[in-house]
Amino acid sequence: MLRAALSRTLPQISGISSCRYSAAAIPAPNAQPEVHYNKLFISNEWQDAVSGRAFPTINPSTGEVICQVAEADKVDVDKAVKAAKDAFRLGSPWRRMDASHRGLLLNRLADAIERDTAYLAELETLDNGKPYAISYCVDVPMVVKCLRYYAGWADKCEGKTIPIDGDYFSYTRHEPVGVCGQIIPWNFPLLMQAWKLGPALATGNTVVMKVAEQTPLTALYIASLIKEVGFPPGVVNILPGMGPSAGAAIAGHMEVDKIAFTGSTEVGHLIQKASASSNLKKVTLELGGKSPNIILSDANMEEAVEQSHFALFFNQGQCCCAGSRTYVQESIYNEFVERSVELAKKRVVGDPFNLKTDQGPQVDEDQFQKILGYISSGKKEGAKLMCGGGAAADRGYFIQPTIFGNVQDNMTIAREEIFGPVMQILKFKDLEEVVERANDTMYGLASAVFTKDIDKAHYISSGLRTGTVWINCYNVFGAQAPFGGYKMSGNGRELGEYGLQNYTEVKTVTIKVPQKNS
Amino acid sequence: MPIPDLEVQYTKIFINNEWHESSSGGKMPVLNPASGDVLCEVEEGSPEDVDKAVRSARAAFQLGSPWRRMDASDRGELLSRLADLVERDRLLLATLEALDSGKLFLMAYFVDLVATIKTLRYFGGWADKIQGRTIPVDGDYFTYTRHEPIGVCGQIIPWNFPVMMFAWKIAPALCCGNTVVIKPAQQTPLTALHMAALIKEAGFPPGVVNVVPGYGPTVGNAIAQHMDIDKVAFTGSTAVGKLIQKAAGDSNLKRVTLELGGKNPIIVFADCNLEYAVQQAHSGLFFNQGQCCLAGSRVFVEEPIYEEFVRRSVEKARAKILGNPLVPGVDQGPQIDQQQFDKILELIESGRKEGATLECGGAPWGQRGLFIQPTVFSDVTDGMRIAKEEIFGPVQQIMRFRGVHEVVQRANSSQYGLAAGVFTSDMDKALTVSSALQAGMVWVNCYNAMSTQCPFGGFKMSGNGRELGEYALNEYTEVKAVTIKISQKNS
Repeated sequence: MLRAALSRTLPQISGISSCRYSAAAIPAPNAQPEVHYNKLFISNEWQDAVSGRAFPTINPSTGEVICQVAEADKVDVDKAVKAAKDAFRLGSPWRRMDASHRGLLLNRLADAIERDTAYLAELETLDNGKPYAISYCVDVPMVVKCLRYYAGWADKCEGKTIPIDGDYFSYTRHEPVGVCGQIIPWNFPLLMQAWKLGPALATGNTVVMKVAEQTPLTALYIASLIKEVGFPPGVVNILPGMGPSAGAAIAGHMEVDKIAFTGSTEVGHLIQKASASSNLKKVTLELGGKSPNIILSDANMEEAVEQSHFALFFNQGQCCCAGSRTYVQESIYNEFVERSVELAKKRVVGDPFNLKTDQGPQVDEDQFQKILGYISSGKKEGAKLMCGGGAAADRGYFIQPTIFGNVQDNMTIAREEIFGPVMQILKFKDLEEVVERANDTMYGLASAVFTKDIDKAHYISSGLRTGTVWINCYNVFGAQAPFGGYKMSGNGRELGEYGLQNYTEVKTVTIKVPQKNS
Repeated sequence: MPIPDLEVQYTKIFINNEWHESSSGGKMPVLNPASGDVLCEVEEGSPEDVDKAVRSARAAFQLGSPWRRMDASDRGELLSRLADLVERDRLLLATLEALDSGKLFLMAYFVDLVATIKTLRYFGGWADKIQGRTIPVDGDYFTYTRHEPIGVCGQIIPWNFPVMMFAWKIAPALCCGNTVVIKPAQQTPLTALHMAALIKEAGFPPGVVNVVPGYGPTVGNAIAQHMDIDKVAFTGSTAVGKLIQKAAGDSNLKRVTLELGGKNPIIVFADCNLEYAVQQAHSGLFFNQGQCCLAGSRVFVEEPIYEEFVRRSVEKARAKILGNPLVPGVDQGPQIDQQQFDKILELIESGRKEGATLECGGAPWGQRGLFIQPTVFSDVTDGMRIAKEEIFGPVQQIMRFRGVHEVVQRANSSQYGLAAGVFTSDMDKALTVSSALQAGMVWVNCYNAMSTQCPFGGFKMSGNGRELGEYALNEYTEVKAVTIKISQKNS
C-alpha cells in the first residue's frame, strides 16, 4: 500500500506548491457520490437535531441542493458537551488508555481515510467545488499525513523533572486540557478537520466540533471512520449547524475548556468575547490575512510569476494565506504584470470534476457576491483591470481569474481580504519601503520573498511581521512546520510540535522529600 | 500455537538488499538449545564481508542518495510499514525465536514480538520530529543547528532477546537517517535474517540495512575496528564492552554506546506487599531463564520479613516447570549454549563452596538440552562470587539487611549500575532510595516494567548512553551548527 502511495505521490507531496500530477494517475471520479451521513454525530451515534430542523447543503457548481443535513443548535451542543465531558472523566477508557494506543487509533484513522481517498475526494469536490484532481492529490493525502504526524506525537509528549530549590521532588505533567470546542471553515473542510483533531486527540482531549454549514458532508463521513477504527464514544462529537446558534453555543459554553476557531477575523472577535463572557476558556484563533508576496528584481522571473499565480489563485483564491498583495520591484514590474496576465488567461475555469479544470466555483452565493463587490470597488477606486473582472458562467458561482495592476496601498482591494480569484499587483522601489508597506496591515498570517540574494532574503524575512515567511516558494505546508498569525490574523500556532501546546495543560507536582540530592 | 516443522528460509548474508554467500566460504551451525540438534547452517561472515557491507552502507549514505533525499516522514512510514510486516509474520518470528534461543514460545509471542512491533512504531513516529534549533548568538549572524544522522552505524547485538534487540538497534538509527551494518549473535542469527527480508519487502533502499552474521572475534572485531564506521553500538558482556571501546579508540574514535551487564539489586522493605514483592523478585530473576542484563540477582530483604521471603521464594522456584519451550504450560526453557551452561554451574558450585545456603535446585535438569534447575541461595554475603559476578542463569541470591543507609551502600558497591528495584509502601523511602541508587533504571513496587517511551541504560560499568525513548535519538544524531553572516540582526 505504501509503495503504491509513494509512486503516486508527487515530488512535493508535503507542499501544495507545484502539483505536477498527470491526469492518467488519477482515477476517473464519480460526479454524484452518495451521501451516507447527514445527521449529528454524538457519542458514536447518529442523531437528529432535538428540534428536528435541517438545512440544505448546496453544490456550488450548479447552485442545487445536494441533500438536507441535521442542524444542531444550543440543545444539541449541550448534549455533545455532556458526552465529551463524560468521555473525559477520570478513569474513563480514554483517560486510562496508553498514549501509544491513542497514537495507534490516529494511525488507523489515517489508514481508513487513505483507503477511502477516492470517495472522500469526490464528496469534497461536490460540496466545496474545488477541482477533484486537487482533492485527490492534495487535500486527502495531506489529511493522512497530518493524522500520521500527530499519531507519532501521542506517546512523546513529555513533561519535565525540575531541580527546584529545597527538599522537594518537582515534576510537570502535560495533561489534556479537557473538552475542546473546535469550529472549522469551509475552504479546506477535510484538512481543517484533521488539523484540529490531530493534536487534540494525540494529547488526550475530547472534542465537540462544529463544521461549516457550507461543507458538512466530508466531516460527517470521517466521523463514521472515527467510530469504525475504535475511538471510544464521546471522544469526538461532530455537529453540523450555523455559527450564530451552534457555534456561539460552543464558544459560550461553561463546560467547554478550550475553543479553537478558524475563520474570519470578524467572527474571531466574537469567539474571544464569548470566552471572556463565559468561563475564560482558552482561545486559539486562525483568522484572515492579506499576505504580501514580495518580488525583488533579482528573482527568477518565471518561477516568481508561476508561484505568485499559485499563491493567489489556488483553491479559487479561498485561502487565509493567499498572496493577495503582490509587491513587484520597479524595474521588473511591467514584465511581471504582462506574464501574470498571460498565465491568468490560461487558467481553466469549469466543472471541478473535469480533470483538466484548474479552478472551480466559489463556495456559495454570499462569497460570490462579495467578491464581485470587491472587483467593482477596484474599478471604482482606479486600479487597472488587466483581465477577468466578472462571472465566468451562467450557473454556479464561477468567477473569472482577475488581475488588477497599478494598485495603491489605500485601495479597498489592497486592504480587505477578498477571498476570491482577484490578484492585486503593486509597485515598490526599495527594501525598507516594501517591508514597511507589507507590515502596514492589521493582518499578519503569511508572506513571501522572491530573490537570489541571501542577505536580502534574511533582512526581509526577519522584518516581516507574519507567522510564516516563504522564500522562493509559496503555500509550502508540512504537518511538521507550525502555522499561525501575528496580530489580527490570530493567536497560537497549529501544526508541528508547537501545535501540541494549545491542547496541553501543564500541571506542576511538588513532593516533599526528606533529603534532596542532585 | 507455534508453527510446526518450521523451515528456515533465510541463511545468507544480507548486503545491499541482496543475499550473499560468505567471502571465506565458512558456515556456522545454528543449534536448538532445547534439544542440542542443529537447526540449520548460516553463512559465516568474515572481515571481507564486513568491508562489503560497510561499502554498501556508505554508498547508501552518500549526499544525494535516495535515503538522504527521502522526506523524514517517509523514513517514519517505512518503519511503520516494517512494523506491519512484523505483525503479519509474528507467529513465524516467535516460533523461530523460540527454536533458536530456547525462550518460551508464549514469551516470544506476547513479549518479545510485541516489544519489537511497538519499538518500530515508536521510532517511526519520531522520524519527522527530530528538530534542531535557531539560536540567538551574539553579533550579526543567523545561527541554527541541523540534527544530522551520524553516518554508517555498526551494531552488535546479543542472543538473549534476538529480534527485540534487533529492533532496539535499527529503529532509532534508521529514524534519524543513518545506515546500518548489524551483526546478530552467532548463537541466534535466524530472526535477524528474517527481519532483513522484511526490511527489503517494506521498501528500504539497498544498503540502508546490512546484516552480517558471524563471530565476535572476526565480524564483531572488524566492525569495532573499522575505519569507515562512524559509530558502534554494542549490547553484551562488560568484558567485550571494554574491547569495543578499546577498538574504537585504536581506530577512528568512532562514537561508542554500550549496554552491558548488571548485578541488579532488588531492595525489599518490611512494609511492602510481601506476596507481590516475592512474585516480582521471582520473575525479576527467572525471566528468560535468568538471561537478562536486568536480572534482579541480588535480593536484599529487610530482617523482619527475611525468613518468610526466602520460604515463599523457594516455594515459587520449586513450582517451576521445565521443558520444551514450544509447549504451553512450560515455565522455563534451556540456557543458550554449553559455554553459558558450564559457567552457571561453576558459579553455583562457588556459592556452595563459599558458604551460601543452597535452598533448592543447584544442578542440571533433563536428559538432553541445556536445562538448569531453578536455584535459590540464601544467607548470601556481599563478598561471595555469586553476589558479585553476573551469573546470567536461573540462580537467585537472597541476602538480609537492617537499615536504609546500609542497604543503599551495599546495593551501590558494585561495578555495575544498570537497574534496581525498591519495594515499600512508604513514599519517603521510595523517593529517597530511588534517588540514591546508582542505576540507570529504578523500579518502585514493580520490576522489569519497560516501555519504548522510557530510556534504558546503565551507570558505571553497565554501559554508557541510553536506548529507547527520546533520549535514544541523541545517540544517533550528529549536531551541526550553521552560522550565516547577515547584514543586520534583529530579535
